[in-house]
Amino acid sequence: MSCKIVNNILYLEGSLNAETVPETFIEVNSLLKQKSPNTIDLSNVNVLDSAGVAFLDELNTRLSAEGILLFQGATPEIQEVIDSFSSLKIKVPAPERKMGFFEKIGDSLVLAGQNFYNVMLLASEVFYWAIIGIFSRKGQRKGSFTIQCSLLGSQALPILSLLSFIVGFILSLQASVQLANFGANVFIADLMAFAMVREIAPLITAIIVAGRSGSAIASEIATMQVTEEIDALKTMALSPVRYVVVPKFHAITVVMPILVMFSILVSEIGGGLIAIDYLDLSVYTFVQRSINVLTLKDLVTSFGKSVIFAWTIVIIGAYCGFQVKGGAEGVGKATTSSVVASIFAVIIWDAIFSLLYL
Amino acid sequence: MEPVISIRNLIAKYGDLTVLDDISVDIFPGEITVILGSSGCGKTTLLKNILRLVEPVSGSVKFWGEEILDLDDVQMEKILRKLGVLFQSGALLNSISVYENISIPLELHTKLPRSLIDRIIQVKLNLVNLSEVLYKFPSELSGGMKKRAALARAIALDPQILFCDEPSAGLDPLTAASLDELILSLKKQLKMTIVVVTHELASIHRIADKIIFLEEGKMLFNGTLEEAKKAGIPQIDTFFEVGRF
Repeated sequence: MSCKIVNNILYLEGSLNAETVPETFIEVNSLLKQKSPNTIDLSNVNVLDSAGVAFLDELNTRLSAEGILLFQGATPEIQEVIDSFSSLKIKVPAPERKMGFFEKIGDSLVLAGQNFYNVMLLASEVFYWAIIGIFSRKGQRKGSFTIQCSLLGSQALPILSLLSFIVGFILSLQASVQLANFGANVFIADLMAFAMVREIAPLITAIIVAGRSGSAIASEIATMQVTEEIDALKTMALSPVRYVVVPKFHAITVVMPILVMFSILVSEIGGGLIAIDYLDLSVYTFVQRSINVLTLKDLVTSFGKSVIFAWTIVIIGAYCGFQVKGGAEGVGKATTSSVVASIFAVIIWDAIFSLLYL
Repeated sequence: MEPVISIRNLIAKYGDLTVLDDISVDIFPGEITVILGSSGCGKTTLLKNILRLVEPVSGSVKFWGEEILDLDDVQMEKILRKLGVLFQSGALLNSISVYENISIPLELHTKLPRSLIDRIIQVKLNLVNLSEVLYKFPSELSGGMKKRAALARAIALDPQILFCDEPSAGLDPLTAASLDELILSLKKQLKMTIVVVTHELASIHRIADKIIFLEEGKMLFNGTLEEAKKAGIPQIDTFFEVGRF
């Protein structure tokens, strides 16, 4: 590709395509700084593609501003390419206005408000159908409760026990170093029992359930939404909430306290190992003190709040799933936001419970 | 005339199932070749084998005389830059806007300045009658719009060969016809070689220069539409007979 300006005519020669245009663009730019042509001669251009035409359009727009610009000498083939790829007559839509800082904050607040309202709506629907579902299994598939119990409950046991054991072990280890300084070895049992039952076991279980089951619920419902399965259920006169959410809701209500119980037990074993081995407590003392220090209120609060956590996780998971619009990438977003939102909600609940039952 | 693509004795299998059985065919420059046949006959598989998205069991695929099954990634990239592919579902990248979707090949494969890239994107979208959706996201588009936007992306680099997998499937007859018109004008103006997989009869009659008829992985016929109708092959006759209304 070569170019020159003679007698106010810009001669372009050779091929003008995506490969050669970047160089030619620079070359012509430097030529244009010296002289401003009123005609462009294309008689020696033999290859032209859409990049070449875009380049000619760019020249045209720029030079026409300074005076009239003519093209000459294009062969019929080249002229045809110019006609079909010219961007000069295309109307381009204006880009959408971007929101300002305060507008964004306001927007997200309004959105959060709407989301909260909608979650409450969904929650009321879930509770309504869940209570009806205790008395009538209509609109639910047979065996779905059992399947969900297994999915949400027993299949979570291995990972839950492993984590609970490790957390119990770590907590006990950290505490025992401090307690040993005061010679208060025996209080490790009190500390472990209190901390595990009242706080840590329900929280760990809730976080694992949110990460494991909450995300599964969100992605399942989101996929059903994307593939129009939810719409299909509606047209079969089945309530999607009743058919999809209620079995999970029932299942999690039953399995969550059991999971927490299990978590308490396993973490006590982890903590007990340290107490017995490092602080020289006897097994009897450890168990005895652990049982003595706990009251019925502690256990009821613990299991009670774990059920509230579980309901929150299921409802938020279902809500995120139902909210999905568009294609497959919505499923991923729904899953992520369900986990983030439900862990956030669980911690808020936990704070409320801590304040109520200090 | 030298063929741009030449396929010899191509065999493809999924597990034990033979999907393509000894296919040999040439595709010539500046022609629209339509691969047709009933559902599940191996049309899309043939396309995927030609593009090396699936490795065939045996055989040879040559682009401009160069065997692509032996090429390494760098050499293959050179071939791929001269090809454009329109997938069945459009396959636009969902997380970015239509504008960015089309600008990707232009940005990553050329050194064109931004102002020219913008112009090319506008032209390509205008060619597929979609100027108004420039800043929209794929999830906001209808099925037909997605396909047209995907076509705009496929032709962003003015490819020498364009592959279209069922371009008019799921579109209304008017949109399908306009897409066919577009394919014809690409062939005429850019002298593009176009390979179309379809089973829409109307489309075949409008655009096909040559047809390749597949049945259960075997190639029953390769030639022009008129020849196909005269060839007296029962499956092909049935195909054209049933589709007429």
